[in-house]
Amino acid sequence: MDPSSKRKVRLVIALSAAVLLAVGLVYTSFSASSEAKQPSQLLTASSGTSYQLTGKVVPGSIKHQGEQLDFRVADRDNASKSIPVTYTGTVPDPFRDGREVIVNGKVQDGTFVGEKDTLVTKCPSKFTEN
Amino acid sequence: MELILALILLLVVAAFVMAPLRHRPEPADPGQARDSALAELEAQKEAKYREIRDTELDRATGKLSDDEFGRQDAELRNDALEILDQIDRTRKRDDAGEPH
Amino acid sequence: MTLLGTACLLTALLAAIYAVGASLYGARSGDRRWIDSGRRAVFAMAATLTLAVVIIEIAFVSDDFGFELVQAHSSTTTPTFYKLTAMWSSQAGSLLLWAWVLSLASSAAIYLTQNRHKEIVPYATAVLMGLGAFFTGLMIFAASPFHALSPAPAEGLGLTPLLRHPSMMVHPPMLYSGYVMWSIPFAFAIGALITRRVDASWIRSTRRFALIAWTFLGIGLLLGSRWSYTELGWGGYWAWDPVENAALMPFLAGTAFLHSVMVQEKRGMLKVWNVSLIVGTFSLCLLGTFLVRSGVLQSIHAFGASTVGAPLLVLIGVVLLGSTLLIVSRLDDLRSERRIESMISREAIFLINNLLLVGMVAVIFWGTFFPLISEAFTGTRSSLASPWFDRYVTPIAIVLVLFTGIGPLVAWGRFGAAAARRVLIWPTAAAAIAFAALLVLSDAGSHPWALAMFSLAAFALTALAQEFWRAGSARRTLTGEPTPVALAKGIARNRRRYGGYLVHAGIAVLLIGIAASSSFQTNRDLRLDVGQSADVGNYNVTYDRPTVNVANERIAFGAVLNVTHDGKPYAVVSPSRNYYPSQDPTLGPIGRFFNGDATSEVGLKSGGGQDFWTAFQPDLKGLEGPIKRANKKFADSGPDVQGLLIAAIAQSYLNNPPPATFRVIVDPLISWLYIGGLIAVGGALIGLWPSAAARRRVTAASAARIARGLSRA
Repeated sequence: MDPSSKRKVRLVIALSAAVLLAVGLVYTSFSASSEAKQPSQLLTASSGTSYQLTGKVVPGSIKHQGEQLDFRVADRDNASKSIPVTYTGTVPDPFRDGREVIVNGKVQDGTFVGEKDTLVTKCPSKFTEN
Repeated sequence: MELILALILLLVVAAFVMAPLRHRPEPADPGQARDSALAELEAQKEAKYREIRDTELDRATGKLSDDEFGRQDAELRNDALEILDQIDRTRKRDDAGEPH
Repeated sequence: MTLLGTACLLTALLAAIYAVGASLYGARSGDRRWIDSGRRAVFAMAATLTLAVVIIEIAFVSDDFGFELVQAHSSTTTPTFYKLTAMWSSQAGSLLLWAWVLSLASSAAIYLTQNRHKEIVPYATAVLMGLGAFFTGLMIFAASPFHALSPAPAEGLGLTPLLRHPSMMVHPPMLYSGYVMWSIPFAFAIGALITRRVDASWIRSTRRFALIAWTFLGIGLLLGSRWSYTELGWGGYWAWDPVENAALMPFLAGTAFLHSVMVQEKRGMLKVWNVSLIVGTFSLCLLGTFLVRSGVLQSIHAFGASTVGAPLLVLIGVVLLGSTLLIVSRLDDLRSERRIESMISREAIFLINNLLLVGMVAVIFWGTFFPLISEAFTGTRSSLASPWFDRYVTPIAIVLVLFTGIGPLVAWGRFGAAAARRVLIWPTAAAAIAFAALLVLSDAGSHPWALAMFSLAAFALTALAQEFWRAGSARRTLTGEPTPVALAKGIARNRRRYGGYLVHAGIAVLLIGIAASSSFQTNRDLRLDVGQSADVGNYNVTYDRPTVNVANERIAFGAVLNVTHDGKPYAVVSPSRNYYPSQDPTLGPIGRFFNGDATSEVGLKSGGGQDFWTAFQPDLKGLEGPIKRANKKFADSGPDVQGLLIAAIAQSYLNNPPPATFRVIVDPLISWLYIGGLIAVGGALIGLWPSAAARRRVTAASAARIARGLSRA
């Protein structure tokens, strides 16, 4: 094989590896991702599908049941739409009434069951410009 | 008071920055061009020397066979000589053009 | 003093704009005076921004709440160390930090290249000062650190409790310095492209800056992960959060750049790749700044939608578009001088390592921006969690650890089979032994990825140890010095090479720590009464007693845990949770002290073998009644009475302590993550250390050798 066609072969191999990686990324990311939903969108959601719930913790709704944590999450800008959440695992420090949270899980019988250790709290408002 | 300080700051900065512009424009100084070229050549020389030392180290640590070392070393030394020649030429050219 | 501060910013902006104009005009017209004037403008910008920083720091230290910035991020009771570092906990303050570090780094770069690259430097100056003008302008027009409050309030809001951690104070300047330093090689690359001087000279002049940038970014990442591990109460150090990814991507791209420029220096190849890589690295740095500041992605770091997002996005667009056009127009000048001769040579290994690193960046980039991508295609925002990232990054990291060992073993050019056998035999044996031993002696077989990582790390570490050994013994035979002396001198004379090897060793150790702690972690969430105990792995934890400590503007509820290991006393750890007063008046005069921000102080027993990590969550429901009553009764009492009350209520928690929640983690080998990080940073410092004296000596020796070679020829 002369050098130039050898280079072409190498280029083709490299490009096809890149294409394979790209296809893999696209495919797995669309199947592994969970859709971000607000509570109002979840009220009609199908059970069994994984979602990422975002919203604000309803003040006064946080209850510890042994290792389990129960609270309600409301829409960011409509506090009247809310969904109960049960969750176990790590609770981030900034978690408290009124904070914006993100948690992964599934809907079961009208309750959002969070996956273990997926609760994320957005940093308190003092980080923002005031 | 603060306004005066701010004005002073602006004036000091402007004076410092504009200082070179007060000189008369000098014709391009060949000596300066030579220094610049020499500095670049010196840097090239040092880089080449480092490569030579690196290659020697590669042989000493068993990564290069003697044949391959010989080939690379000769090539590098040739390059280095070329740079040394260029340095000499640059120096001579300007010494000749600019009698002291 | 806010007026003087604003004047500093304005002067800095004018100086930066002037520097751009003067440098460009000087370069076009060939008039040195304008170039010199442009240089001076850079120094002037650095000086005025330094003055601005000094003004802010004085305001912080002297509690000048006439500065809005000081009022919002400090208070009279904030410890001095945090006053000094509170500047960058705000957006305006971090912009000032960006611009300040940029002006200092630019000054250093053009000072050090004083007599060289006469053609490139003016254009590089223009690029750097264009960036400087952008960030200074952003401060003046969008987020000024010199907003005045009139009349000045008597007290400030204080620093967010979560940030009251030493590593959090050093972490932002490290990251920002890393981001900013990458602008130096970027600017010189642009200058080299414009002037068509695309040989390796711009790389040689900016190598140190690139390495400093890499080191700063690395330290920033390590400190951030340490903060997460010890302060956030979840026990992890990495969560593939967008902002973490934003710092990791330029670090990886920069790692690729540091390797591939060596190929250009040595063989004159990969020129297009190198300029593209530095453009990419720098754009990722800007992107990192953008992600932190814009709030486009959900992140625990998202600092809320802010005003500087759009301008930053425009800047990234300009940088990318301009650089791409410039590179395309210079393709003829960027042709390689040589081809790769053999696939088993250092240049080939570097090329593969570059592809792996860039592939890793591509994966992380895709995953980070997937919420935006999916929104564009499907209309709903979907995000990817850690398992998705792990699936791709783990195998790439495993191959990379192999390359940290192979790279140093292989020589440039052609690499013979005999040499390959000689250098590969020990590392391969070590990998095989590690593989077999782990399979037989531990349960590593159940975690194939971790097993692969350990074995290949054994390969890499043995390869590197062998390199150091050979260096020492080669010098010993040459000079007759004892091995340790020969080794030390050999390293000292080849700092760049052996510093780099040390970095490789550090990274291999760090990856061992990550693989072990992520695969073999044991964690449990416990709910214990005082006196109760529970088993976690081979450990037994007993909740001995609760503690309360009211001091330093916070109430700390804690627990003392007795830990035994295999029945023997192991440690006493005391995790606590600190409650900082809230400024929210609806919580009541007393209640606000119990319902503000809370942070975890983890109880940690670190060891070379494993870390025993505990976090504590008290149940404060029992205090609600007394707090409510106190809110009503003592609303108008003076601060002294209220202080006594708060202490009394807090102390009452001890009378009848309720069961508390604990998170207990046994993390094997996690200390090695940080030890490896320290080794890598040490190696980078060795590689950075200038060795002027040694170089002069060696130059003379080499000159003599070349002269001899000449006489033979």
